[in-house]
Amino acid sequence: MIVTKPPKDLDKRERIVKRIARELRDGFYVNLGIGMPTLIANHVPPGIEVILQSENGMLGIGPYPIEGQEDPDLINAGKETVSEMPGTSFFSSADSFAMIRGGHIDLSVLGAMEVDETGSLANWMIPGKMVKGMGGAMDLVAGARRVVVAMEHTTREGAPKILKNCTLPLTGVHVVETIVTEMAYIRVTREGLVLEEVAPGLTADDVQRATEARLIVSPGLKLMES
Amino acid sequence: MNKVVANADDAIRDVFDGATIMIGGFGLCGIPENLIRALVRRGTKNLHTISNNVGVDGLGNGLLLAAGQIVHHIGSYVGENKLLEEMVLKGTIKLDLTPQGTFSERIRAGGAGIPAFYTPTGVGTSVAEGKETREFDGRTYVMERGLTADFAFVKAWKGDRQGNLIYRKTARNFNPMMATAAKITIAEVEHLVEPGELDPDQIHTPSIYVKRIFQGELYERRIERRTVRRADK
Repeated sequence: MIVTKPPKDLDKRERIVKRIARELRDGFYVNLGIGMPTLIANHVPPGIEVILQSENGMLGIGPYPIEGQEDPDLINAGKETVSEMPGTSFFSSADSFAMIRGGHIDLSVLGAMEVDETGSLANWMIPGKMVKGMGGAMDLVAGARRVVVAMEHTTREGAPKILKNCTLPLTGVHVVETIVTEMAYIRVTREGLVLEEVAPGLTADDVQRATEARLIVSPGLKLMES
Repeated sequence: MNKVVANADDAIRDVFDGATIMIGGFGLCGIPENLIRALVRRGTKNLHTISNNVGVDGLGNGLLLAAGQIVHHIGSYVGENKLLEEMVLKGTIKLDLTPQGTFSERIRAGGAGIPAFYTPTGVGTSVAEGKETREFDGRTYVMERGLTADFAFVKAWKGDRQGNLIYRKTARNFNPMMATAAKITIAEVEHLVEPGELDPDQIHTPSIYVKRIFQGELYERRIERRTVRRADK
């Protein structure tokens, strides 16, 4: 038995974020959810250009502004100050969600509390806790051409988050195409969840043990490079 | 035609108890600060507010909330507000959460004379419960209703005396749709100019939607999350 130190939260996130960054293609219009998905912007592969959409009404999100150049009228969906890029455009929330709902966003990356084997997703509410609201998440999962979930494989207590059926109130039904965790890269198919890549030092069995839903191991199972 | 009013207090002189009011802004960005402050001063009660957020504690719409003026709110995200949480738990406010894209489209539709529309957003989730669904081309959609209001409070960067408006950067957000969806739309602007000074090709909200306009003052333009990088990075 190989005993490895469990990766720290930061390392986990870095692995997830870097793996998803490799899904980006030149010319993609991408919406990155609040929190961990936002970090993907720091790992865009060299030589490709992606345009980041912010659902509050902006295409072409730039990096955080240089200190002293913050503009209260220039924020992202997480209400953080950002900057413009050459080619940035601004528009209303109705136009923004027309883009999202109309299938013009190539890739949407969101966090999740639970995902199930049919690609249904729960990420907005825990019964009994104060409801914060779904914001734009339901529109993004319903409208983006491809939805990728970025999340840690299990809860802090070690309970699986990839389930046979979600138990929490849903954000969308059959909407997720790919799940990327610190342990694995998993595709949602009609047949079920296909384990395509495992993180270094882990086996398919390790991933299955941390997953409630049954995983179909891809015949071409690969190492998950970050 | 004179749509210019002296100040925010004059602009909201006929806002009545129980009114439904749309309030522009995303978080604290692009909110009608002067109109919100005036509404707190006026003390109008039992308001039904339609706004993406409820500000944060003590800022933006949070001021109306703290003053106990809101009985019902429709929005998409209320995560920054402890007071709201307490009020919802105590049952002193009714909160209707709607997906952000559905929210913006409901307002757009309301202003455009469309009473309802079908959207794929939220199908199979709690937001679709009790609502009509219908299949188009093999996909299920849920029917959502357009939204209108008695008043809309919007904030623009520049406006002219006729009520043409230009917004600035992401402060545009929900303001343009709200401007179209109320019986009485009141615009506060940072710069009030004469007709002809705004480039007609650049106007975001044409004057027909705006009933009253004034130049605001003492803008706080508060930043919720100040994120920066160092100049050498």
